[in-house]
Order: sequence, then C-alpha cells, then structure tokens
Amino acid sequence: MSETQSTYNYKVVRQFAVMTVIWGIVGMLVGVIIAAQLVWPDLNFGQYLHFGRLRPLHTNAVIFAFGGSALFATSYYVVQRTCHTRIFSDGLAAFTFWGWQLVIVLAAITLPLGFTSGKEYAELEWPIDILITVVWVAYAIVFFGTIAKRKVTHIYVANWFYGGFILAVALLHVVNSAAIPVSLTKSYSAYAGVQDAMVQWWYGHNAVGFFLTAGFLGMMYYFVPKQAGRPVYSYRLSVVHFWALIFTYMWAGPHHLHYTALPDWAQSVGMLFSLILLAPSWGGMINGVMTLSGAWHKLRDDPILKFLITSLSFYGMSTFEGPMMAIKTVNALSHYTDWTIGHVHSGALGWVAMISIGSIYYLLPRLYGKSEMFSIKLITVHFWVSTIGVVLYIASMWIAGVMQGLMWRAVNLDGTLTYSFVESVKASYPFWAIRFLGGFLFLFGMLIMAYNMVKTITSGRSVDDARVVLVPAAHHA
Amino acid sequence: MIETLYLLIPISVVLVFLIAIAFWWSLRSGQFDDLEGPAYRILMDDDHSSASSSQVSGKVAEGDPDARPRESPAANLRDS
Repeated sequence: MSETQSTYNYKVVRQFAVMTVIWGIVGMLVGVIIAAQLVWPDLNFGQYLHFGRLRPLHTNAVIFAFGGSALFATSYYVVQRTCHTRIFSDGLAAFTFWGWQLVIVLAAITLPLGFTSGKEYAELEWPIDILITVVWVAYAIVFFGTIAKRKVTHIYVANWFYGGFILAVALLHVVNSAAIPVSLTKSYSAYAGVQDAMVQWWYGHNAVGFFLTAGFLGMMYYFVPKQAGRPVYSYRLSVVHFWALIFTYMWAGPHHLHYTALPDWAQSVGMLFSLILLAPSWGGMINGVMTLSGAWHKLRDDPILKFLITSLSFYGMSTFEGPMMAIKTVNALSHYTDWTIGHVHSGALGWVAMISIGSIYYLLPRLYGKSEMFSIKLITVHFWVSTIGVVLYIASMWIAGVMQGLMWRAVNLDGTLTYSFVESVKASYPFWAIRFLGGFLFLFGMLIMAYNMVKTITSGRSVDDARVVLVPAAHHA
Repeated sequence: MIETLYLLIPISVVLVFLIAIAFWWSLRSGQFDDLEGPAYRILMDDDHSSASSSQVSGKVAEGDPDARPRESPAANLRDS
C-alpha cells in the first residue's frame, strides 16, 4: 500500500462541505428575495432581477449548488470510510469540485441574463449541460472506482443509494437535455409539445426521486446511525428499501401532467406508481426514526440528532402528502396552487436541507480536527429557528393553496365563476407574508450555521492525516 | 404522444433488466449473506479526529450495550 493510500482524502470533502453552507445561504437568500417580490411587487427591479429570472436561479442554487455540494461532500466521505480506502482519484475528485463550482457560477450569470431552455429544474443552456455531463461522468468514475478498490467485501447500503442516485441522474440529464443548438446561448428541445412535457416531467419527478431522495437517503443511512451511535433499526429493511425504491420510482412523473393533453391512461399510470411509492418511502422513514428505539433520550440534548430525526419526520410527511396529491381528484384541487409550493418546501427545507445540515454539522469537526462544533448551543438555536421557519412556510402555503383551489372552482348558481383570478391573488397576500417570514427564519438559521462553521474552522486545523483503518474494531475488541 | 413513449418505455424496460442484473450479482456475490453485521461495522469505524479520539472512542461501547459486534469484523475483509 502506497503512502497516499494510507490516509483518506478529506480535502475534497472539506471543500464541498464548506460550499454547502455558502451556497445554502446564497440559494435561500434568492428564495427570500423572490418571496418578498410576491408580497411587495415593487421589488422587481429591471429586467435582470425580476421574479421570472430569479426564480430559476433560486431553484438551481438550492437544488444543485446547496443540495449537490452536500451530496458530493457526504458521498465522498461515506464511500471512503465504509470502503476503508482512499478515494479512487484525487485529481478527478478535485476536478469534480472545481467543475461543479464552475457550473454553479455559470448558472448564476446566465439565468439572470435570460439564457434559458425553459425546462423546469433543467433551465441551463446546452454548453453548461455538456459541462454538467463531463463533471458527472468524472463523479461516477471517482465514486464507483472507490467502490471497486474497497478493502471490505460488503458494500454498505448508503453507497447503494448514492450509486443509484449518480447513475439515474446521469440518464435523466442526458435524455431530458437533448436539444438542437442554434447559437452558443440558445437551443431548442429535441422533443415537442406534449412529448416534451412528458420527457420533462419524467426527468422532473425522477430528479426529485433520485437527486433529492435517493442521494439524501444515502446520507440518512450513514449519518443517523453514526450520530446516534446505534446501528440502523433494520439493515434488512434498508436493503429492501433500496431495491423497492429503484424498481418502482421511474414512472411517477405523469402526475405532474394530470388533466392535460397527456393521454388519460398515462396519467393513471403516473398516479398508480406514485401511490405505490408510499410503501418504500415510509419503510425507509420508519427504519431511520426507529434507529433511536430504546435511546430516545439522546434526542433531548443532541441538536444534530434533532436535525436528522426531524428531517425524517418531514420526509415521512411529504412522502405521504405527495402520493395523496398525485390522486387525480385531489390534484384537481391542488394543482397550480401554492399547496404544491408548500409540498415541495416540506421536502426541500424539512427533509433535504435538514438532513444536509445535520450531516454537515457531523462532518465539520471531524474535518477540522475538533471534537465538536464551536458551539452546541448555536446548533440548538439553529434547529429551532429553522423548524419554526419550515412550519410557518408550509402551513401558510397549505392554507393559501387550498383557499386558491376552492376560490378558482367556486361557481354561482347560474354557472358563472364566483371569483376573478385577481381576487384569489389578493386573498393570498397575508399567507405570502407569512411564507416570507418562514423563509427568512430558515435563511437566518443558515447564517448562524455559517458563524458556527467559521469559528470551528479558525480554531481547528485541516485534517489531512486521517488514517485508513483496516480492521475498524481493533481497539474495541 | 406515441413517439416519446417509444423512447421512455424501452428505457424503463432496459433499466429494469439492468437493475435485475445488479440485484442478481449482489445476491450471488454474497452482499446479502450477512444482514446484521454491516450495520454494526460502520459504528466500529472511529472517525473522530485524532486530537479528540482518545476521549470519545469508547462512546459506542459504553453508551449502548446492544451496539456491540456479534462477530469478528475481520470476516468481512476482502481477500485480494
């Protein structure tokens, strides 16, 4: 074994972990700005900074910059620690870091300038799409290369989830981004009309399923047991969870196109598969939460565990809500309303952000040679501020969404509509103000985290000598 | 509509076969022979930074008596 192989590569994990916090603040700040623009329309300044340009910037920044960095950081850490080997290629790993940061910066420049392919969550134009593909292939080589050179026979379940996420996202990105370029900054989708819509939501929902679910479940299956100091409730169930999820996920997308030009049977297939997904989702959620079975007291004074377990509660909530909203009759009420926005944020803030925040709090002291974060108290404050933020956000959106749905469908005795559209907008203002407050609180929590992170880093040292331990239990035996 | 489904449905079918192959491989190569040990093994990997590892390394064993390994983790070593 050579000298470099006897330590883990913590550098790339550190870089991605720090950028997770920074991009989290940037992405959520843009979110708070567009929430404010809905409450105070005067805040739409000029052509570059109005809602239409900033909204895709918000979604791209939080999903791919914040969520993506969290996934890179944790997957590189988990795959090295559980395979007991250094990462496959330091050079390629560094390339994925700088390449991914370049993608994010290009997105932050081109989206406000109005360069967009118009596909939700895939707005970036074709040159950036190609860059994403190259970086992603490098990511896959690094990740699976590390698995291939593992020093233990078993591949820990978290790695299966990360691996599934990497492969699925590659496939989704390539199929959905297929386009015909007409200039450096403009391309047209390879598909047209309802077919484009079908491919788009095949991509869109599977991006939720594999980027925002499978990847973060990998995080959950490593960091929840580690932070709790207990094995996952049922390892057997976690394996079943993985295979059930990847076998059934691919066809939920049509539920985004209920009551459109998409054929009825395709809509029904989408609804059916969405309902089936409730089973593996809840199996995984229960598996994660029950890891604390018999040790619930740990939840009382460990704020990192609070983040992780609360994220699972939100995961359970949104994976119940999702299948319900995929039922056509429910969707007739919820579609196009703020209920959808509330549902997305219960998953995005409650599940994705909270499990990432918990995992990053777990990682930072280990990456900077400390026994714990600079301030545990500030983590507790962060937890409560962000939990209150999420609850305000999703409760206000539920109320606004159901109200909008009911107002839009209300008819008078003579068959005319009871309300004009603008009346539903007017009635939504108070709830949009509450949503702004909830989002602001969540952003404020991230600023607390950034302060805690800086204090931890400045008082610590960059760990580059974490030795690969072949027989991990040697000193426990 | 038909054209897109000519793309998406074959992708799904091919994918199901690939997933089935991956599942078959993992089953045959013994990935699921031990469905208890791996959960404990990640806890035995002490990843606290070296400066602090002495004070916390015993955490798992003392906190949870049931979190101890049931078999030697050395059995999982890859013969290469």
